[in-house]
Amino acid sequence: MTSQADNYQAENYYEPEKNIGEVVLDVRDLRTYLYTRWGITKAVDGLNFQVRAGETLGIVGESGCGKSMTALTLLRLAPKPAARIVSGEIFLDGENILERPENEMRFVRGQKISMILQDPMTSLNPVFTIGNQMVEALGMYYQEEQQRGLRDRAVDILRRMGVAAPERRVMDFPHQMSGGMKQRVVGAMAIAGTPRVLICDEPTTALDVTIQAQYLRLLKQVQAESGVSIIFITHDMGVVAKMCDRALVMYAGRVVEQGDIRTLFKNPSHPYTKALMASVPSMEEKHVDKLYSIEGQPPALFDLPVGCRFANRCEFVTDKCIETYPPSFANEQGHSADCWLLEGQSEWRQVTEAGV
Amino acid sequence: MATEGTVLQLPQRLPWYSVARLRHLTNLIFKEYPVVWLTILFLVLIFPALTADFTAPHDPLKQQLSKRLTPPVWDQTGDKPGTWSNILGTDKQGRDILSRIMHGSRISLMVSLSALAIGGTIGTTLGLVSGYFGRWVDHLIMRVVDTFLALPLILMALVIVAVFGPSFYTAIGVISVLLWSRYTRQIRAEVLSIKALDFVARARVAGCSNLRIIVKHVFPNVVNTLIVLATLQVGTVILLEATLSFLGAGIPRPNPAWGVMVADGRDHIASAWWIAVMPGLAIMFVVLSMNMMGDWLRDKLDPKLRQV
Amino acid sequence: MEQDVLLQATDLTKYFPVTKGLVLQKIIGWVQAVDHINFTIRRGQTLALVGESGCGKTTTAKLILRLERPTTGQITLETADVHNLEGEELKQYHTDVSAVFQDPWSSLSPRMRVRDIISEALVVNQKVTTKEAYDRVDYLLESVGLRAQQATLYPHEFSGGQRQRLAVASALVGNPKLICLDEPVSALDVSIQAQIMNLLKDLQDQFNVGYLLVAHNLATVRYLAHEVAVMYLGEIVEQAETDELYDNTLHPYTKALFSAALTANPDSQREEIILRGEVPSPINPPSGCRFHVRCPYAMDICSQEIPERKELAPGHFVSCHLY
Repeated sequence: MTSQADNYQAENYYEPEKNIGEVVLDVRDLRTYLYTRWGITKAVDGLNFQVRAGETLGIVGESGCGKSMTALTLLRLAPKPAARIVSGEIFLDGENILERPENEMRFVRGQKISMILQDPMTSLNPVFTIGNQMVEALGMYYQEEQQRGLRDRAVDILRRMGVAAPERRVMDFPHQMSGGMKQRVVGAMAIAGTPRVLICDEPTTALDVTIQAQYLRLLKQVQAESGVSIIFITHDMGVVAKMCDRALVMYAGRVVEQGDIRTLFKNPSHPYTKALMASVPSMEEKHVDKLYSIEGQPPALFDLPVGCRFANRCEFVTDKCIETYPPSFANEQGHSADCWLLEGQSEWRQVTEAGV
Repeated sequence: MATEGTVLQLPQRLPWYSVARLRHLTNLIFKEYPVVWLTILFLVLIFPALTADFTAPHDPLKQQLSKRLTPPVWDQTGDKPGTWSNILGTDKQGRDILSRIMHGSRISLMVSLSALAIGGTIGTTLGLVSGYFGRWVDHLIMRVVDTFLALPLILMALVIVAVFGPSFYTAIGVISVLLWSRYTRQIRAEVLSIKALDFVARARVAGCSNLRIIVKHVFPNVVNTLIVLATLQVGTVILLEATLSFLGAGIPRPNPAWGVMVADGRDHIASAWWIAVMPGLAIMFVVLSMNMMGDWLRDKLDPKLRQV
Repeated sequence: MEQDVLLQATDLTKYFPVTKGLVLQKIIGWVQAVDHINFTIRRGQTLALVGESGCGKTTTAKLILRLERPTTGQITLETADVHNLEGEELKQYHTDVSAVFQDPWSSLSPRMRVRDIISEALVVNQKVTTKEAYDRVDYLLESVGLRAQQATLYPHEFSGGQRQRLAVASALVGNPKLICLDEPVSALDVSIQAQIMNLLKDLQDQFNVGYLLVAHNLATVRYLAHEVAVMYLGEIVEQAETDELYDNTLHPYTKALFSAALTANPDSQREEIILRGEVPSPINPPSGCRFHVRCPYAMDICSQEIPERKELAPGHFVSCHLY
C-alpha cells in the first residue's frame, strides 16, 4: 500500500531531452527462414535498418508479419532447428554478432542486447524469489565478491525501475506481485547488464491502460538516464506514436516503409501504411464517416507472391506491382518505402534493385 | 505456429553411416511412421485373434503326452529335438504353444476391448459429469475415484474373484472396475479446461441444455484424449489380465490365456524355459507396441487439441 | 430523442464468495465484482462499459447473458425479468439476447461445422426445419461478408477476422434485440479490427439491434457506442452520451483513464495524468469513494462517504464529491 501523498506525480514530470548519438545496431539484408513441413516460411525477408544510441525505433506490423522473429533473430534465439538465418549481417557496436560462435552469445545477450517479453507472468520463474532470480542474472555481469554486493545492486536496479520498497520486494515470489510490478522486475533484469540495445516485444499489451502509462514513462526515464537504444515491437499505433522516434512498418516479412514518426503518421508513403493509419479510430474526434478498412488478409509467409506482397489488398495496384517486387525509394529526410508508386517522383530516389 | 511439431529435415551431405543419418532413419521409423509397431500388433495380436480357428497348426486344448516338453524348433541339442510341427515347442501336457498363443491372443483382445469399452464408458461419463457440473457432484465423484485409486489393485481383484469365482466375465468385470477411475480423472481435467473456453459460454447463451453442451460441445473435444488414453491402456489391461490369470484369478484353465500359460511354465522354468518365455514375449511385444502407438498418437493428436 | 428502453438494470449487484477450507467451505470474504449499478440500453443503440481489468464490466455482461445470477437487483428485457424466466419465455430470451466473445479462436466449437454453430440458437429454441435453419445460415454468412458455400467448413479453416465474422453471424441468427459484445475486436489485428467494427455498425443499422459493448480501448468505444458508462471497482463512476463524455470528462478516474489512453498521433498535446499505484483488491474495497486512495483530488469526505450519483448535464451522470 502506498501512502496517499505520493499517489500523484504528474506535476514534476518533464519530457526528457533526447540525446541521439552514433549508430549502435546496423542490420543489413537480414533473412530468417523457418523450414517447416509446409515449406519455407520467410518470416524475416531482407531487413535493413539502423538504430542510434539513445533512440527508440518502433517495429510495427500485424501478427505474423515477422516482427517477433526479427527480435529473436537479433538475439540469435530464433527457434532451432526450424529457423535459419539465411543471409545478412547484424553489426552491434561494430561487431557482426552472426560471426560469433554460439557459446559466446551469452556474453552478448544481456550485456549488449537484451529483451523484455510480452508476458511478465511467464518470464519469471515462479519458484524463486525476485531477489534470487535477479542475483543469478547479475552474477553473469558483475564479478562481485559476495552475494550481498549483488543483492544491493539488484535492489538498486529495482528502484530505478520504479519498484516501491525494493528491499522488501526482493524477498517476494512472482505470484505475490501484480502484473505491472512483475513487468517492472522483468524490465529491471533486462537493463541489469547495461545493454546498448533493449528490445521490447509488446511489453504493455498484458497491462491495463493506467499501468501501461506508468510503464511507458518509466522506460523513457530509464532511456534518458542510461542512453540505451530501444527497439519497440508493437501493433498498437498509440504506443508507437507515444514512444518512438522512428519506426519500421513490416508487412509479410519485409519492411515496407521506414522513417521518423511524424512523417509516418502525418504523411505516409506506402499504401499499406496509409491504410493502416486510416483504419485506426481516433478517440479525439467525433466519428461521422465509416472507418477505412483494408479488405482481405496478408499472404501466407510460406506461399508469397513474386511481386509486391501487399498487391492483393492495395487500392493502387498495377500490373507492375504483381510482376516485380518494388525497390526501396528514399528521400532526403531519411524516409524510405518499397512501392512502385514512388518511381519517377522527383524527391524520391531509388536505393535498391527491384525484385529482390 | 510455424514451429509446431517435429521437423524432420533430412540432413544434407552426410554419409549414410553417420550418427545423424541413422538417428534420422530411426526417428522416421519409430516416431513418424509406427509401421513397425503396427506390424507387430497385427502379427501377434489382431491376425491370430481373428483367424486362430483356421491358421493355428493344432488344437490349443488337445493334449499329446507323447510330445510333451518338446523344445522350439531351433533347439536341436537336447535328448528331445525340436520339430517343425511344434515350432515354439509344447508344454508339459504336450499342447502346442504356438497354437495356444494364437488362441490366447483372442482372449487378450476380447478381454481388453470389453474392459476398455465398459471402463471407458463409465469413466468418461463420470469424468464429463464431474468436470462439467463441478461443486458437490465433482467432490463426490472425485472422492470415489481417489478411493479406487488408493485401493491395492491386485488384492481387490483377488477378493472380487474369490467372491464371484473365476470366469471370462469376472475378469472383464474386475478389470473394468479397476480402469474407470483413470478415465474419470483424465477426462475431468480435460473438461475443466474446455469448460472455461468461450464456445461453452456461447452455447449456454444460445440456450443449449447441459446435456446438449456436454454431448455436442464438450465430448467431441475430449475424444482425442480418449483415444490416446485407451491405446495406452490396452497394454495395461493385457498386462493386468495376464497378472490375474497368472495368479489364478483371471481366465480359468484350460483356456489358453497368456497369463495362465506363463503361470503353467513357472514350474519348468529351469528345464523347459519356452513354456513361460514364449507367451511372455507375446505379452511384451503387444504391450510395448501398444504403448509406442499411444505415444505416437498423443504426439499426432495433441497439437490439434492445443489449438482449440 | 427518447428512444424506448430495451434493457434495464436496477440496483444490480454480484458478489462472489471467497472460501477457505476443502470440505466445510467457510466464506471468508466477498469479491464485490458488481456493486449496485443501474443502467439502461435503448433499442438499436450501443451502451459501452469501459474500465480496467477487474472493474466488473465482464461480470455485468455475464449477468445479462444469464451466465451468472445476480446477488441482488434485477435486469429487465422489455418487460420480462431476465432471471425469472421459464419455458417458452426463456427460449424466446435465448434468441433475443446473444453474445460475441473476445477470442475468435476459442469461441467457436472446434468440432462442429460452421452451419451447425451458427444455427444452434435457432435449432435449440425454435421449431425450425433443418432447411429453414440452413437457409438462414446462408443469408447470415452473406450478411457478414462470407460466402454461403463456406457453411460446411470447420472453424479452423478460417482466419481470425473471418472467425469473428462467424461469431457475429451466430449471434444474429435468432433476430436478437440485444447482443453483448465482450471485447469484440481486441484480439484482432489492426486492419481486421476496422473491418469488424464497420460490420458491427452496419449490422446494427440493418437489424436494429442493441449492443452492450464491453471494451477497454477508448477509440473503439468512441467509434461504436452511443452511450458510455465508466466503471471502477464494480461501480459506475460516470455515465454519459459518448460525445458528451469524450469532450467533457468529469470524474477524476475518467480523466486519468482518458489521459492514459494513447492516440495514434505523435503530436498529441494532451494533459497527462499518471495514477500512482494499482487498482485495489475488490475483496475489501476502500471505504467511501472507492477511488479515493488513488485520486489526486482526494478530500477528507471521500474516504468517509459514498458519493451520490448526480446529473450534471442532461444525461451526464457522475459520482464524485467534487461536484
